[in-house]
Amino acid sequence: MSLQQFMNEAISPWMKQEGPDSDIVMSSRIRLARNFSQHPFPTVASEETLEKILEFFNEEFKRQSFRDYDNFELVKMKELQPVEKRVLVEKHLISPHLAEKSDQSATLISQNEQVSVMVNEEDHIRIQLYFPGFQLDRALEQASQLDDWLEEKIDYAFDEKRGYLTACPTNVGTGMRASVMMHLPALSMTQQINRMTPAINQLGLVVRGIYGEGSEAVGNIYQISNQITLGKSEQDIVEDLHSVVKQLIDQERKARDALMNRSGIQLEDRIFRSYGVLKHSRIIESKEAAKCLSDLRLGIDLGFIDHIPKTILNELMILTQPGFLQQYAKTTLSPDERDIRRASLIRERLQLENEE
Amino acid sequence: MECQNCHQRQATVHLTQVINGQKTEIHVCEQCAKDKGYMSYGEENFTLNDLLSGLFHTESPSTFSNKSTQPYKKSTQLKCPTCGLTYQEFARTGKFGCATCYQTFDEKLNPILRRVHSGNTTHDGKIPKREGGNLHMKRELDDYKSKLRQLIEQEEFEEAAKVRDKIKSLQSQLHEGEDGEQ
Ligand SMILES: [Zn+2]
Ligand SMILES: [Zn+2]
Repeated sequence: MSLQQFMNEAISPWMKQEGPDSDIVMSSRIRLARNFSQHPFPTVASEETLEKILEFFNEEFKRQSFRDYDNFELVKMKELQPVEKRVLVEKHLISPHLAEKSDQSATLISQNEQVSVMVNEEDHIRIQLYFPGFQLDRALEQASQLDDWLEEKIDYAFDEKRGYLTACPTNVGTGMRASVMMHLPALSMTQQINRMTPAINQLGLVVRGIYGEGSEAVGNIYQISNQITLGKSEQDIVEDLHSVVKQLIDQERKARDALMNRSGIQLEDRIFRSYGVLKHSRIIESKEAAKCLSDLRLGIDLGFIDHIPKTILNELMILTQPGFLQQYAKTTLSPDERDIRRASLIRERLQLENEE
Repeated sequence: MECQNCHQRQATVHLTQVINGQKTEIHVCEQCAKDKGYMSYGEENFTLNDLLSGLFHTESPSTFSNKSTQPYKKSTQLKCPTCGLTYQEFARTGKFGCATCYQTFDEKLNPILRRVHSGNTTHDGKIPKREGGNLHMKRELDDYKSKLRQLIEQEEFEEAAKVRDKIKSLQSQLHEGEDGEQ
C-alpha cells in the first residue's frame, strides 16, 4: 500500500533531485485554490455535499491521470491515525488545517510526491506542486496545466470581476500562493535578513520563518511568498517573487563570501562544532538540531565537508520532527524520549554516510 | 411609503440588496425587517477575535439607511440567498460560504479587498476556459482598443482601419453570444 511509502521515507523522491541554485533555494511551490461553483464552500457545506465532492475525486482519478503524474493515491483523512497525519504535515504533503478536518477531507498524492491535490480543505480544491531548487516558472506552468485538466471536469467558481472565488478574501483572484523555501544562514547570522524584510513586504511579498507566521526561522530556513492574489496576473506575481529571490540569493552569496573572508576560521570552527554535536550528542532538542543541521549544510555548500549530500538538511529536518520520530519508533514518545531518539537517529544517519 | 411586505405599517427600513449582480430596493417596516432577517438588534457588538475579521469591522453597513426617528441604533442583516450566510457572520469569521456570497456582499467588498490586496479590487489573472465565458474575447477587445488608440496617435491609419475591423467583428461575436445566452 502506497500510504506506507509516504510514511517511510523522510524526503520525497522529487527532493533528491538537485534544482537550479539549490545551494540556497531548497524548493519552489505553487498552490492554487479552486472551488466548485455549484456547491457551498467547505467552511459551511454539509457533510453530504463534502462527501459528494470527495466521491467525485475518488472516481475521476480512478478513470484518468494527469500526464507523468499517474497513479495518484487518494488518502482519506478519516482513515489515518493522528501520527500518520502528522507525518504528512511534516512532509508538507497536507496542510495542518486539512489534518484537523478529518471528515470528508482527503488528499491526492502523486507517486513522486511532487503534486498533491487537497480536497475539502478551506476550499474544495487546493492544488499544490513542488519543484526542487529555484524553478517557480516551471512550477507555475505545470500547476496551470493541471488546473486546466481539472477545469475540463469541474465547473469552477469564477467571477469576471473577482476572479477565482475562494472561501477567504485573502486568496480571491488568482487563488495562487507562490512560495520559495530558502536557506539563508549568512543573512541570518549577520542580521541582514531583518533589515531586508520591510522592503520585501512593500512589494506585496512576505518573509516567514519555516514554522509559520511571526515565528523565528528554525534552521535559518525562510519562506518567501506572495501576499497579494488580486489585481495582478499569475506571471506578474511570479516575476516579482523571482526578482526578490534572485536578489536574496545574490546577497546570501555575498554575505557568505564576506564571512569567509572576514572570519573564515570562526566560521569553520562553528561548522565543525555543530557537526561534532550532531555526530556525538545523546540528547538533542529540535531547535539545537535545526541550528546544527543548518551549519552542517552551510559547511557542505562552502566545501568544508564533502562526503555528505546536501539533501541531509531537508531530510533530517523532516525526520527529526515529532511525527516522524514517533512513526519511526512505532510508539508515542514523551518530549524527553524524543530528544534521545532524535540524537540517536541523527548519529545513525551520519554514520551511514561515513561508511559509504 | 407603505411596507412592501405587510402593506399595513409604514416602511421605515430602506435597504439595497445585490443578488446575482441585480440590485433590489427593499422598503419594509421594522417588524417585517426583523421577521425577514434583514435586520436584527444588538448585533453590532460581535466579538472580533482575529486580525482578519478586524478588517471588516471598520466598514460599517452603509447600504442601510434608517429613516426612523427612534433613538436606538439598528443594523441590517444582508444574507446570502444561496448559503444563508449573513454579513455579520462573514465579518466575524472572515470567510465566505459560497460563490454567491461575493455578489450578495459585493457593495461592501471593495474596501476589504483593497486593504488585503494593496488597493486592488478586480481580477487580472488567468481566465478559466469554460467558466470564463466570453471574458477571453472581452480582454482581446480591450487590447485591440488600446492598440487602435495608439495607431491613431501615431497616424498609422491604414493599420488602424484593420484593427477597427477586428474590433467590429469581435463586438458582433460578443453580441451574438450574449443574445444566444438569453
Ligand atoms: Zn411590514
Ligand atoms: Zn453564500
